[in-house]
Amino acid sequence: MKRRDALKGGLVLLATSTLASIYKPAYSKTLVGGSGLWKAQPPPPLAVVDSSRLVFLTPDEAKLVGAIFDVLIPADELGMGATEAGCVTFLDHQLAGPFGSAAKDYKLGPVVEGLPQQGPQSIATPAEIYRKGLAELNRFSKKKFDKTFLDLDEAQKIEFLKNMENGTIDFETVKSRDFFTLLLQNVREGYLADPMYGGNRDMVGWKLIGFPGAVYDYRDWIVSKRGQKIDVQPVSLLRTA
Amino acid sequence: MARNLLQRALRISFRSGIVFSVTALPVCTVRAEDAPTSARIEHGRYLAVAGDCLACHTATGGQPFAGGLDLKTPFGIITTSNITSDKETGIGNWTFQQFENAVRHGKGPNGHLYPAMPYTAYSQISDPDIADLWEYIRTLPPVNHKVESNKLPFPYNIRSLLVFWNLLFFNDSAFVADASKSEEINRGAYLVNGLEHCGTCHTPKNVFGGDTKKTFQGASLQGWYAPDLTNNAHTGLGHWTEDDIVTYLRSGTNRYTAASGPMTEAIVNSTQHLTDADLRAIAAYFKSLPPRTVSPPQPLPASNEQVKAGQQEFVVECSACHRSNGKGISNMIPDLQNNPAINALNSDSLLNIVLKGTEGPATHANPTGAAMPSFGWKLQDAQIANVLTYVRNSWGNAAPAISAADVSKARTALNAQPAVPR
Amino acid sequence: MHYKRPKADVVIVGLGWSGSTMAEELTRAGLNVVAIERGAWRETSTSFPTTRNPDELSGSIRKEILQAPVTETYTVRNKPEETALPLRKYHNLTLGNNVGGAGTHWAGASWRWQPFDHQPYSHVMKRYGPKQLVDGLILQDWGVTYDDLEPFYDRFEKIAGTSGTAGVINGVKQPGGNPFEGSRQSPYPTPALARTRANILFADAATRLGYTPFPVPSAMIGAPYTNALGINLAPCTYCGYCQLYGCGNWSKSSPNICILPVLMQRSNFTVVTESEVVRINTSSDKKTATGVTFVDSDGNTGEQPADIVIVATFTLDNTRLLLLSGISTPYDVSSGQGVVGRAFTFQTLSWAFMFFENEYLNPFMNTGALATQIDDFNGDNFDHTGLGFIGGAGIQSLCNQGLPIGMSGLVPEGSPKWGKGWKQAFQKSYQNYAQIQGQGTSFAHREQFMDLDPTYKDRFGQPLLRITYNYNENDRRSGQFIRDKCVEIAKEMGARDVTGVSLADQPYSGYTPWDSSHVQGGVVMGEDPKTSVQNRYQQNWDIPNLFVIGASSFPNNAGYNPTVAVGATTLWTAKAIKELYLKNPGPLVRL
Repeated sequence: MKRRDALKGGLVLLATSTLASIYKPAYSKTLVGGSGLWKAQPPPPLAVVDSSRLVFLTPDEAKLVGAIFDVLIPADELGMGATEAGCVTFLDHQLAGPFGSAAKDYKLGPVVEGLPQQGPQSIATPAEIYRKGLAELNRFSKKKFDKTFLDLDEAQKIEFLKNMENGTIDFETVKSRDFFTLLLQNVREGYLADPMYGGNRDMVGWKLIGFPGAVYDYRDWIVSKRGQKIDVQPVSLLRTA
Repeated sequence: MARNLLQRALRISFRSGIVFSVTALPVCTVRAEDAPTSARIEHGRYLAVAGDCLACHTATGGQPFAGGLDLKTPFGIITTSNITSDKETGIGNWTFQQFENAVRHGKGPNGHLYPAMPYTAYSQISDPDIADLWEYIRTLPPVNHKVESNKLPFPYNIRSLLVFWNLLFFNDSAFVADASKSEEINRGAYLVNGLEHCGTCHTPKNVFGGDTKKTFQGASLQGWYAPDLTNNAHTGLGHWTEDDIVTYLRSGTNRYTAASGPMTEAIVNSTQHLTDADLRAIAAYFKSLPPRTVSPPQPLPASNEQVKAGQQEFVVECSACHRSNGKGISNMIPDLQNNPAINALNSDSLLNIVLKGTEGPATHANPTGAAMPSFGWKLQDAQIANVLTYVRNSWGNAAPAISAADVSKARTALNAQPAVPR
Repeated sequence: MHYKRPKADVVIVGLGWSGSTMAEELTRAGLNVVAIERGAWRETSTSFPTTRNPDELSGSIRKEILQAPVTETYTVRNKPEETALPLRKYHNLTLGNNVGGAGTHWAGASWRWQPFDHQPYSHVMKRYGPKQLVDGLILQDWGVTYDDLEPFYDRFEKIAGTSGTAGVINGVKQPGGNPFEGSRQSPYPTPALARTRANILFADAATRLGYTPFPVPSAMIGAPYTNALGINLAPCTYCGYCQLYGCGNWSKSSPNICILPVLMQRSNFTVVTESEVVRINTSSDKKTATGVTFVDSDGNTGEQPADIVIVATFTLDNTRLLLLSGISTPYDVSSGQGVVGRAFTFQTLSWAFMFFENEYLNPFMNTGALATQIDDFNGDNFDHTGLGFIGGAGIQSLCNQGLPIGMSGLVPEGSPKWGKGWKQAFQKSYQNYAQIQGQGTSFAHREQFMDLDPTYKDRFGQPLLRITYNYNENDRRSGQFIRDKCVEIAKEMGARDVTGVSLADQPYSGYTPWDSSHVQGGVVMGEDPKTSVQNRYQQNWDIPNLFVIGASSFPNNAGYNPTVAVGATTLWTAKAIKELYLKNPGPLVRL
């Protein structure tokens, strides 16, 4: 709506253009100073993941991941466990997106193993690692305990994961230690990221540590609450929790 | 090469110098016919900026002044005309008399102009000024661009009916100075009521669309509320000094506020280019007006449920920019304390800004262009209603509550994004 | 398709801090400037709205604002005899991927470098003699001194709105500031930020130990400020979404906030976005740069002819672009001859990590550069006689971190990393963790260099840049010395559990946690064409209309962050172009 278009006589007008648009750049992504065309496109609105169905994991995989996650972050008097907090939903959506496909990684060859300090050289994506790793995990569990991981008792599960963490379990297609690192990273992310991503239900992860959440201004507290406990109900970006 | 670069540097500096010199032009009181033509053209250009001719007479992606912008009115579409010097499709064949008739009296070669052309205000333009404006308009390079005139449906397409509208609502008389007021105030009145045509937006209209007597008392138009410009301290400019008005019109911001909505464009295209003396004159004129007489309502109590819920929203969503006390940042982020725009009975602008965000003014005096992001996608109707109700009843503000239904209605009317499902 | 854009007076490659600072100077002088930027257009209010910014996952975890390795990466090895391998995942070198460059997402520490840092060679030779240098160390002066640069430091701070407390104004020491800083002509434009609990514990401990703590100068604006270009900046809110985030609040100085609004009002400025410059074009005699060739977002190849070519990309890419274009002589490690890729430096970091017992440090109230520092062991502020190294570090209590995922691994040594035990440990350590960073100097070495990788290519089939780098003996010695100082202060602060680390004790890796992103050199400025690519005005010795600006010009790294030194040297070069070069194009330094 432009001022010019609001006219005496009640002819209230709605304009279709801005003055700026009279300047046309030669190429669409070229911006010319003085043209008023320099406002960026806003990013798309944030969205809440749909927890009603799986988008990457199979139901069996989801169950298995849930069992692992609940060992990594169990339910106790400090708060709910990882699965109840939505960490499996979180992971499922992460694996279906750019994280799962390692879309940002450099994947050109040759792919060779280097020194540890040269960093990960595998071009396997997190989605592939989960798919293979979960199958390996069950296979190994059956071989060793004659049971699936789900059927192990709590102590066995803990022992199993410790051995993955130490790298003492040999998987064939992925390194058990790398897979464990990924599992631990993702379950923490799910427990502590904004609830719109599917995890951190009721902001349980934030309440655990007293993190206020999606707050953008601490000017009133930076000095007045210095060194003091701040009791505040956290907030999430979309107030989903 | 060096000489080339240096010459170019000088040339461009010189060119920008000319652009900036618009703001440095003295108030032109020279009799038109006495001045050299180049000075008259330059003065005409200044007047065209003051009247903001370019904004309407340029189509989307089109050549400047070649017309073709579709103005959508409740009565249908009016397309603006080509006012370049093209003989076939522009006004290259016009005489000064024809030009003067169109601009000041709303009479075109094919009959009455629609008041989409603000001749009702331009009638105030003085004889020397209309002559200089013509000198400038004549220099616009010809652009051959045929514009299909109005596409209004019956009966609005009958131009002769405008005779009756003009009889009722068009006071076709020249500006008359008020001898009891200073020269400066008269200059301000001349600009405000003529070229700048502030009342177009800020004066409430009657049911036929003509001006009421409530001059500059604030009016609603298509999703925005053009606020009260009288000296009422609660809803108008009562707290603003002349300096505040000048700073606002020159930079788009001042210690209290930043322009939003249609006013941003008015400042960027027009008022920022006015001379200091003209801006001072405008300020003096507004400060000379009597305040709107209406007493402020009682604010809602802090215990009000909406106010309480709104405060929570404010702390999370608003305080990062407006600060928790609502004071904002001078010349950048509006002060919400005791703010007339917030106190307006009509909440159109507030809803528009919160739902859709608003681009800040980027002017030569204040190029920052800090904007407010859209909250439409993020906040639900009740959240927006609560936070606005809180803001309208805190820090000295007092105004009626806003309901979720009001927000919902505005969301639809403005075609704002829906709140994301959760 | 191949197309040619109309010739410009100046083409600038990269529109980060140095590119936009240069563009502002040259457009104001009336030159027609075209900038070409690989990243997308970003503008503060629209692109980084407060409505969505506070999101750790997309920000510092998925690093969505950074340039991805898939676009371009680097290969790394520690020694010339090893095979370099690519950095395949996001690594410590956090490049920008938008107009504004890394200046959009940077942490914001805003240092003037000390007089010593600009003339390390003269200074060390005078005070200690050549015996102070470890074998293979490369030490050279810049050709420009702190005093030369002071007016430009001053100007850049007034563009950025830097917050801080001055230590020395016109030679007179000021209370509360850094007593070791070079003399300034004016105070910081905005007041220092508030201190956190951890900052105060540090400041008190340092004072008790006889050191002089002061607030780290910061890009987080201390009070409302109108900058030198007329743009308004807002005060920092301590929200903590800072490093790896764009600031939507106009409170962290960046090119997007401090410069671009003004540039975009000038009709003699154009920016071509989402287009990667792949070559600097030269005349057949290689004595003149004729423009640049780029690949645009549609995959078309464009050419931008210009009278002056200014390269202002990320440090490493400045070197790579010269190598890809065959400009100046590449460094050859076996002979020690050649200049492009030589004098590459990094940053030598030492840390003390500590856990308190019953604190409420409230780490979420922070900024990217909210720190209290001592400079008693930085640069040459202390006597190095008998220590076997030169340089040192700024030692700071740095509060730049309070987001939960990032802190989820910060539990005391020996605590469980998962399970019930982790939940208990994390709950406690979140409020009790603090850190002291020793941000150390780095000096070049004959076996630290960059060249083109023989194997790995980018998406266009061009060789990646290969980094050959490991810490040298000077770094190891200084790193350990500084680590011990960090630990000393941490203990004095009363922490229960203190761990000291010197990163130089391990082989260099692009993935070391807590490591720096500060790389310098490769296209250094200097006094001698045998040891520098460009003269004191950042003008190429061979091609007088080519200027490569940024930290690639610095032959050594200070115990500071580089941005403000980049800004100052950019403004220094801009002035030389405007006042010397335009009048008389050609070499500004004749040998």
